[in-house]
Amino acid sequence: MNAQNLISITDFSKEEYMRIMELAADFEANPDQRLLDGKVVATLFFEPSTRTRLSFETAINRLGGEIIGFTDSSSSSVTKGESLHDTIKMVSNYADLIVMRHPLEGSARYASEVSDVPVINAGDGANQHPTQTLLDMYSIVKTQETLDNINLFMVGDLKYGRTVHSLLMAMSHFDNPIFNFIAPPELTMPNEYKMYLQSKGLRYFEHTEFTDIISEADIIYMTRVQKERFPDPVDYEKVKNVYILRNKMLKHTKDNLRILHPLPRVNEIHTDVDSNPKAYYFEQARNGVYTRMAIIAHLLNLK
Amino acid sequence: MKKQLNVSAIKQGTVIDHIPTTALFKVISILKLDECKDMVTFGNNLDSNVMEGKAIIKVENRFFKDKEINKIALVAPHAKLNTIKDYEVVEKYVVEIPDEIQDIARCFNPKCITNNENIDTHFEVISKSPVALKCHYCEKITHQDQMDIK
Ligand SMILES: [Zn+2]
Repeated sequence: MNAQNLISITDFSKEEYMRIMELAADFEANPDQRLLDGKVVATLFFEPSTRTRLSFETAINRLGGEIIGFTDSSSSSVTKGESLHDTIKMVSNYADLIVMRHPLEGSARYASEVSDVPVINAGDGANQHPTQTLLDMYSIVKTQETLDNINLFMVGDLKYGRTVHSLLMAMSHFDNPIFNFIAPPELTMPNEYKMYLQSKGLRYFEHTEFTDIISEADIIYMTRVQKERFPDPVDYEKVKNVYILRNKMLKHTKDNLRILHPLPRVNEIHTDVDSNPKAYYFEQARNGVYTRMAIIAHLLNLK
Repeated sequence: MKKQLNVSAIKQGTVIDHIPTTALFKVISILKLDECKDMVTFGNNLDSNVMEGKAIIKVENRFFKDKEINKIALVAPHAKLNTIKDYEVVEKYVVEIPDEIQDIARCFNPKCITNNENIDTHFEVISKSPVALKCHYCEKITHQDQMDIK
């Protein structure tokens, strides 16, 4: 493990997760800490992701850092056939930190081996997006006051959803989590994750119906069920309205329940949920800025 | 013609035995024997009690280090090495799949950076029988039936 990069959620220990949580709370309470004064951060977006880029750039600006980079590789030398190796080598001469998003899986790990400065993975294809997981955890700890004994319901596409896989891995470090997986049969949680939970002696339950079983939930983590995931469109038609959260379903749920979603949502959370105090997905996005400030400060040893 | 004449004896060097016939040329390529200046002889489809048919390679004047030879375990998991000195077998060694594999196999994931940039692959061996390799970069698992040797 290289302690100064954040490439995969498993790069961090439980202690480091806790440290990020503390720092994020500190930045939320005191957002004006210009710890990056005089420093340059490169944000290299080899594929566009406006949401993630704005969150990182806001975090860097709040810390007083300068930003260089590109928002889409079509406007950079990358289209002229420059290798990732050469781009990273060049940029690591200019910047104190690299934040990168790239469509190819493993690109961020490779960049961290080439770079002379720390690298934060802001998404490498379908592989990892660890800052999303840390902001999800910060949202859980903020709303539940703990990361222990959480009954976590994950709903939707559990097969391809990298956010649910990373969150599962991270939460497995804490005491007595209960995992409830609600997914159509085509998109159930992959075996490797279930076997991982078994090997750690952790409880999980699988459901195909999205019903009043959510009454026990502390957190409901919603994800999008995408049409492209179904080889047969008929199968998609059968389930497309099954995994939608509506306000009336929340009637008998716990008071401390909060609903998370990595955003953007399409229709999997009905807009009638938005005004329910249990809806937390917009605050969750704001937590991303504090969490990313915390990650940057931690990796650069600024605090 | 007598069987043992198929592959002639060597004075000193290494005999690699129990190679599956389908893996013979992969073993030659992994060990870069095609570039070797010493005499290399090989035979394919020899009778074997252990396997359906087997291949054997004899390399004159070459002695392999364990680490170097374990690379072939991916394609020839039961291969045996006999070190020959003065026409006598002085040492026997059965290959072993190492815990990490560098640049022998390809990652099965077409979206992996190793299949798109000119870089060496790097795997953690998470299962030895059947072989399963976890890519150090994309973190996907390549199973034995998906394995492609470079
Ligand atoms: Zn790979």
